[in-house]
Amino acid sequence: MDFNIFLIQSLNALQYGLLLFLIASGLTLIFGIMNVINLAHGSFYMIGAYMAFGLAPLIESTFGGGFFMTMLAGIALAVVLGYLLEWAFFSYLYDRDHLQQVLMTYGLILIFEEIRSLLIGDDVHGVQIPAFLSGAIPLGDLMTYPIYRLFISAVCIALAIAMYVVLNRTRLGMMIRAGSTNREMVQSLGINITMLYRVVFAAGVAIAAFAGMVAAPVSSVYPGMGNSVLIICFVVVVIGGIGSIKGALVAALLIGIVDTFGKVVFPQAAGVLVYLLMAIILLWKPNGLFKAG
Amino acid sequence: MKQRRTFVMTAVAAGLAASMAMPTAFAQAKKIKVGLMIPATGTFAALGTAIENGFRLHVAEQGGRLGGLEVEFVKVDDESDPSKATDNVNRLVKRDNVDVIVGTVHSGVAMAMAKVAKDSGTMLIIPNAGADAITGPMCAPNIFRTSFSNWQSSYAMGDVVAKQGKKTAVTISWKYAAGDEMMNAFKEGFEKAGGKVVKSLSLPFPNVEFQALLTEIAATRPDAVFSFFAGAGAVKFVNDYAAAGLKQNIPLYGPGFITDGTLEAQGASAQGLYTTLHYADGLNTPRDNAFRAAYSKAYKIQPDVYAVQGYDAAQLLRIGLASVGGDLSKKEALYKAMREAKIDSPRGPFTLSAANNPVQDIYLRQVQGKENKVVGIAAKSLADPARGCRM
Repeated sequence: MDFNIFLIQSLNALQYGLLLFLIASGLTLIFGIMNVINLAHGSFYMIGAYMAFGLAPLIESTFGGGFFMTMLAGIALAVVLGYLLEWAFFSYLYDRDHLQQVLMTYGLILIFEEIRSLLIGDDVHGVQIPAFLSGAIPLGDLMTYPIYRLFISAVCIALAIAMYVVLNRTRLGMMIRAGSTNREMVQSLGINITMLYRVVFAAGVAIAAFAGMVAAPVSSVYPGMGNSVLIICFVVVVIGGIGSIKGALVAALLIGIVDTFGKVVFPQAAGVLVYLLMAIILLWKPNGLFKAG
Repeated sequence: MKQRRTFVMTAVAAGLAASMAMPTAFAQAKKIKVGLMIPATGTFAALGTAIENGFRLHVAEQGGRLGGLEVEFVKVDDESDPSKATDNVNRLVKRDNVDVIVGTVHSGVAMAMAKVAKDSGTMLIIPNAGADAITGPMCAPNIFRTSFSNWQSSYAMGDVVAKQGKKTAVTISWKYAAGDEMMNAFKEGFEKAGGKVVKSLSLPFPNVEFQALLTEIAATRPDAVFSFFAGAGAVKFVNDYAAAGLKQNIPLYGPGFITDGTLEAQGASAQGLYTTLHYADGLNTPRDNAFRAAYSKAYKIQPDVYAVQGYDAAQLLRIGLASVGGDLSKKEALYKAMREAKIDSPRGPFTLSAANNPVQDIYLRQVQGKENKVVGIAAKSLADPARGCRM
């Protein structure tokens, strides 16, 4: 592998790692911090992607379009959805054991997939890259790198910083972290923990949907797309250490590197390398790289 | 749901039959029980629907009968799940006592069906699944295919690419049976015509993160790339290939599946790509035009290759039944008639090979707008080599 190619592959690894973080970050919040096993995370991602596909023409006709307008509308809808879901379902799960959480969130996957099938159908759809991000940068004489992929990376970095600051440097973040350690104590200090969790959950859903919307132009939208990202999201959170934003970011980047170079150097084993990485890290640090608390 | 409904209905029917006097059963018109085992849910649902539509269209054209027999359907949703396949097909054979099974899309499921068909002797007509083994080592006199073998879909392209002056090629696909079979078939055709496959890339199914391998292609600098992906994977690969700037420098080729039913989502990225398949848009033969008109009138959508394969499954069955006068007990004569049938397909007439796989023209198609337009014939009357078939 010559040096130029190595550099391009490193860029690919970084970019893929950041994309993984973006997709897994909503799960970090809900599974990592609220400690609810949320198999429906992939569905929220899928809902976001389908909103990018379905809302765009609607926004186009009512507000005259705009990529960011569509994003805003999608995020708003996702917050509402998350809020309602927490109120109707998830709020009953905090005190239950993990198996019941798995059962219910798995049920939600089936429901969301069926609704998707009824509303949009089972075809694969493409989502347009917004015109101002549709260019490409030449890399060497043969390849180009799409600007939109760099845009995704920038969004991921911004999101990682924002999440880190909110959780670790603000009063809200302090309450959330305290709540994840001891609900009753936080409540007795006069904080409305029910409302707080509802907001955090809504934020988690919104971030997952946002990831879906950002990724949609690159991944296209298709049935079962949520399930295809679900497992790797759990791997990211588990390797990173439950509850750690920093851990999730490091884990996502590690997976990006292993996956990208694994495909090129050990193509026969590409399918298992990521899981091998997880096994090794868990043997070395059973709680993940950066277990909070 | 559907399975439960069929079960309840069969149970009720069985109860009724038992409570009634026996002779009524004999007084009924002669029937053939067709077990449709196709995906009604999941990723391949749309393909399953097209196959069923095609099959039913031909039955309707024949006045609800095939070869004089009234057609009764028993449906099973196979969910494209190989782990449930054996149970599903056994249910059709043992509980529902179907005379013929028609299905399916997914090769893994079809392999399980072929195994049961081979053991039980029930007739099986496969309207899609392309696994080479079905008409290779698994072949049997009662197993027919009206679609293609993976080998057929890709072998002819090797010759085309070589004739376009390409000396070296890289192949890329998912690492699973269908991908391997197509990549090997392309390699066989390409190297026979003087080209050389310099690298075979693969990634685990259904991984769609292609960037690393696209970089690898750019580093290898072949004259051509041959790829197979399906559905969402095909959309993403073709889009990523164009976005990486490779499309204008290294032409991309593949079997027709990389651009079939996906052109809306691929948009400009797919324009101009050459693919090979046994069906194409713009054939413009009277037979195809009539079929397309009838299909779009009946179902309000345009037919695709899957609809054609379903339609031809019904045609093949009709020819066989007609030749034995609807007498299902004459199995040997029935299979012989089907084996020797000449099927007047919308894709163009075809016959069956000794292993019961279509001997058919493979079209060279080019993506133009929203269509896979036929631009030539890549291989005339191409027969699958049926390696490993002894019968």
